[in-house]
Amino acid sequence: MNAGGFNPNLKGLSQQEDLLLPGHRLCAGCSASIVVRQVLKAVRGPTIVVNATGCLEVATTIYPYTSWALPWIHSAFENVAATASGVVAAERAFERKKSEPKSDVIAFGGDGGTYDIGFQALSGALERYDDFLYVLYDNEAYMNTGIQRSGSTPKYAWTTTTPVGSVEAGKMEYKKPIDLIVAAHDIPYVATASPAYWRDLIVKARKGIEVDGPAFLHAISTCDRGWRHDTSDTIEIARLAVETCYFPLFEVENGEFKLTGRSRAIAKRPELKKPVSEFLKPQGRFSHILKNQSMLEEVQENVDRYWERIKKLCGE
Amino acid sequence: MILGISGDEAVALAAKQCNVDVVAAYPITPQTIIVEKFSEYVANGETQAEYVRVESEHSAMSACVGASARGARTFTATSSQGLMLMHEILYVASGMRLPIVMANVNRAISSPINIHADHADSMAVRDSGWIQLSCVDAQEAYDTTIMAFKIAEETLLPVMVLLDGFVISHTLQNVSTLSDEQILNFIGNERKSENILDPENPKTFGAMVLPDYYSEIKMQQIEAMDESKKVIENTFKEFGDLTGRRYPLVESYKTDDAEHILLCMGSAFGTAKVVVDDMRAEGKKVGVSRVKCYRPFAGNEVREAIKNAKSVGVADRVAPFGSYPPLYLDTKASCDGINLKSFVYGLGGRDVNKDTIKEVFDRLEKGVDEMFVGVRE
Repeated sequence: MNAGGFNPNLKGLSQQEDLLLPGHRLCAGCSASIVVRQVLKAVRGPTIVVNATGCLEVATTIYPYTSWALPWIHSAFENVAATASGVVAAERAFERKKSEPKSDVIAFGGDGGTYDIGFQALSGALERYDDFLYVLYDNEAYMNTGIQRSGSTPKYAWTTTTPVGSVEAGKMEYKKPIDLIVAAHDIPYVATASPAYWRDLIVKARKGIEVDGPAFLHAISTCDRGWRHDTSDTIEIARLAVETCYFPLFEVENGEFKLTGRSRAIAKRPELKKPVSEFLKPQGRFSHILKNQSMLEEVQENVDRYWERIKKLCGE
Repeated sequence: MILGISGDEAVALAAKQCNVDVVAAYPITPQTIIVEKFSEYVANGETQAEYVRVESEHSAMSACVGASARGARTFTATSSQGLMLMHEILYVASGMRLPIVMANVNRAISSPINIHADHADSMAVRDSGWIQLSCVDAQEAYDTTIMAFKIAEETLLPVMVLLDGFVISHTLQNVSTLSDEQILNFIGNERKSENILDPENPKTFGAMVLPDYYSEIKMQQIEAMDESKKVIENTFKEFGDLTGRRYPLVESYKTDDAEHILLCMGSAFGTAKVVVDDMRAEGKKVGVSRVKCYRPFAGNEVREAIKNAKSVGVADRVAPFGSYPPLYLDTKASCDGINLKSFVYGLGGRDVNKDTIKEVFDRLEKGVDEMFVGVRE
């Protein structure tokens, strides 16, 4: 896997200037800022960031402060893709009319802003083939408003709108397979990533920036408040999501599916695959599942089925 | 050059001639001709603008926000349900002080669905921080679109150009056009852009503002809207000097000695002038005024126009629910001590014809305080 000779290493990255500056008010242990820092390590030149409403937006731009060292705009919740389309259109117009070099455009949205309320705008922008990288940081619920279920929340997960009661135990529906839906738009690049595998994530972000046309990067983004885990477990849980095949790492380049990194290794050596209970265990939102054998078995079956589906798509 | 074109076509032509960089729009009756015409300009290479064919009006306004924040001269057009869908982002555009120009072809709002002229759509967003300039015909729609870019870019406020659905949008009229050069000399060749998304000078747009600063930021916007009146007047004056077509904030016809005045907006003004002439021929002292500059509300000018009348009928083309309609309320707040009566006509394209206008004057003369005109029992 490469992106035009782009080869990030720790030494180089540590010397690279950060574009998301310290001092923001995201929670200790939040993955979102880690995902953003990693994505911004992949920028190749002048870049404009568009942000949906959500934790990332709220916590990084409390007036009169900002954590963004590049031009940044937030408009509303459901329209990050459409706003990005407008920026991209201006870039194209200025290139044509004034021969100005185009800036790259990166959009950040959470799962609520992507799976649910922002889905129409996203689909429209993809269909129009607008040239920007869309980064979904997926913490699997509306965390900014206090942990409400979204189209991304997995089955049986506790949230404040899917409480664990005597009749219903957590969310009763499945997580929407957003990557497959986005890939069905036939855009040049779609990928999943985990901040635990930083190199994989950064290279994928760079590929998404480099392709002509829309690219979609879906990063799992742990949330210690909503997932009810210890703040020191952030990266470990982001790793377990991949190691249990709950969140397989793959990319779709011009329609061709391919497993990457750890997920590829697991496909080659199935004994590396960990039971999903290891991903569930450190998270309070799943504690009721671990106490219920049939529920746990169903969750494992769902993970296995999805993993097999992705493997098959990836020709493994 | 004089062209026989519709109001919609006049607006599209004006936007093209204003050297717009980005258009993001979605089709809706009766605005559709605007986006169709603009598409032709793009397809024929008559403009270098980027036209974003968005999947909804919400995305249209959102893309306009992105493009305008990036520094583009930005235009869109909509009507009715489309404006309703944009509602949320109208406030984002004005709050970020983005000089977007939008034509709203006035149409009724569902339900029941209706595609004809009615002012409920633009009235529903009158407090969204957009300047609103109303037009009476295709010529004025053309002229106002051009002036709107100058006003928007000088005040850093978005501007809505209002024209009545079908009555103006689809009606052919001889429109006296300007050359591209004349227009660009008037409004500036391209947008002067300082506060934009610029990689050379990174800025944060749309930050989170808490109670410690929100009021002060809103006050700046309120002051900008108040001060925009001067810019609008100056722009109207300069445009008048250039073309001979003079637009006051409030236009009046035979009101100087009028005992009864109709105060209205939009295309009804043209019909009302004919009725005024007819009634004057019968010896009745009537006149008509119309508000061109609705936001900021030209309250002083309205008061000046109507202050000597015995009674004034304020005619709204909006269904009021549980209170008085908007033009009446604005007028009432600006015209203490003047005898005002509220009238409502022309809902959902119900023709505002000579009889309708005459009925308003008759009720004023007789002192009949009955709001709805031209509605069956």
